[in-house]
Amino acid sequence: MIDVTDARKYYGDFTALDDVSLSIPAGSLTALLGPSGSGKSTLLRSIAGLETLDAGRVVISGDDVTDVPPQKRGIGFVFQHYAAFKHMTVRDNVAFGLTIRKRPKNEINRKVDELLEIVGLGGLQKRYPAQLSGGQRQRMALARALAVDPQVLLLDEPFGALDAKVRADLRQWLRRLHDEVHVTTVLVTHDQEEALDVADQIAVLNKGRIEQIGAPEDLYERPVNDFVMSFLGSVAKIGPHLVRPHDLRLERALERWSPEERAEMEPSKATVGRVVRLGFEVRVDLLDEAGERLSAEITRRDDERLALKAGDVVYVRPVRALPPEEAFPALAM
Amino acid sequence: MGVATLWLSIIVLLPLAALAVTSMENGVAGFIDAVTQPAALATLRITVTVSAIVALINVVMGTIVAWVLVRDDFPGKRFVNATIDLPFALPTIVASIVLLALYGPNSPIGIHLNATPAGLVVALTFVTLPFVVRAVQPVLMEVDREVEQAAHSLGAGPWTTFRRVVLPALTPAMISGAGLAFARAIGEYGSVVLIGGNIPHETQVASQYIQQQIEIDRPVNAAAVSVVLLLISFLSLFVLRLWAGRTQRHEEQDA
Repeated sequence: MIDVTDARKYYGDFTALDDVSLSIPAGSLTALLGPSGSGKSTLLRSIAGLETLDAGRVVISGDDVTDVPPQKRGIGFVFQHYAAFKHMTVRDNVAFGLTIRKRPKNEINRKVDELLEIVGLGGLQKRYPAQLSGGQRQRMALARALAVDPQVLLLDEPFGALDAKVRADLRQWLRRLHDEVHVTTVLVTHDQEEALDVADQIAVLNKGRIEQIGAPEDLYERPVNDFVMSFLGSVAKIGPHLVRPHDLRLERALERWSPEERAEMEPSKATVGRVVRLGFEVRVDLLDEAGERLSAEITRRDDERLALKAGDVVYVRPVRALPPEEAFPALAM
Repeated sequence: MGVATLWLSIIVLLPLAALAVTSMENGVAGFIDAVTQPAALATLRITVTVSAIVALINVVMGTIVAWVLVRDDFPGKRFVNATIDLPFALPTIVASIVLLALYGPNSPIGIHLNATPAGLVVALTFVTLPFVVRAVQPVLMEVDREVEQAAHSLGAGPWTTFRRVVLPALTPAMISGAGLAFARAIGEYGSVVLIGGNIPHETQVASQYIQQQIEIDRPVNAAAVSVVLLLISFLSLFVLRLWAGRTQRHEEQDA
């Protein structure tokens, strides 16, 4: 559906995209995830035609659009800061793409009303963007982008300017919307929770390269390197290994592990620093024998059984022993 | 509040009142008689027509100049930007001499605009150049490029984007710049005094007519035409402000 091949983009000495190839299946919701400066926005803007690649091709639905201007690519684009047409009403904003295509007025009105209903802004046709909240403005921008029936919908940090509560609501709403309209969607975000929450497929970018691409659970459970591992969630370092804090098992006695388990990987000793109870999850901050800090997340039930408090000495071991090929070199932390 | 009112009264209202009183020295009939004299009507017509043309030229060219200064990069841009204010800062009589030297009887480039309406337009356009440029420039700098990109993504080409998205944002600034240019052109004296030629019914602008009437000792005629000029300036600023205010209203609600 969208195929990017060997994309390169430089800003002076800075390499924004370093030979990136990416394939996005039709009807999917793909997240481009990465820290700032990773090239994720540049990649999205290159698909839109808002940036010109220094090398590489962009193909949308089988058409090579590399040299096609954005207005002819059949895309919908949503910006972080809404990019609302401030002098136009909500109705005229959403109708913009249809008005310049000179569609009949009754068709435009019908489509606008329908879209505003879908995005939950029905009845606000006559308002101006300044009279809407941030969340409403972004939903208007989404309706505006969808009005032209784009082949692909491109969202550049669409919820980045909103507060946490609205952001969480909107992204679930976006997921439901996507399940309804099925338009191929690419979302740029730096928030791993957002990516894990909404996307079918995540591409993790770092320094202008794609580190890994795959389904959310694949990336979370089987990251190919330390960067992906640490970017997709919190990590604990145990010896040379990086593991998810909830994949650590704590016990007061070594005998709690079976001899086989101990033969496979010996639990290590650590001192409890702090126990933080966050609802069902309990975070235990530990100090291992080498003086390294790590955090484990255990369930409330285990916490009750162990009755841990600061100063206790415990044993810690990953739930699953890590086979050598999954043993990552330790991050310099 | 009291101080401001007193100050405004002394500095603005008192002279204006004196002017109005002088213009009415021979009663309302005398006032009407003074402004309906053929020479007075002709000079007002010339002044308003030329000023309107000048304002229009400024709206178009001033916006283009502002656009180039904001959006384009070229060597010497800072220098060009600095010279925009020069026609305004220059003593207007100097502007007149400069223009006379360039377009007068001894024009080195063979263009003779001395004592023609075109000469008036050139002189007034010259001195009012900065108004629209300086009004539009800051607004254009504030225009969000993403809004234009959004229009592109929705299928709008560069011209449609300019007309439907950028232009509406610039309109209030263009209107207020044009209003200032117009008001300035209405009363301009120094820059047209040499190149204008001061030919009644042809190139004599209102300010020259007023001076002429004073010189031939007809203060009522001078005052009456002055009052009309004043009303035109006031009305044009008032109307343009209303219009610009209406255009801007929705955006001002933005926090």
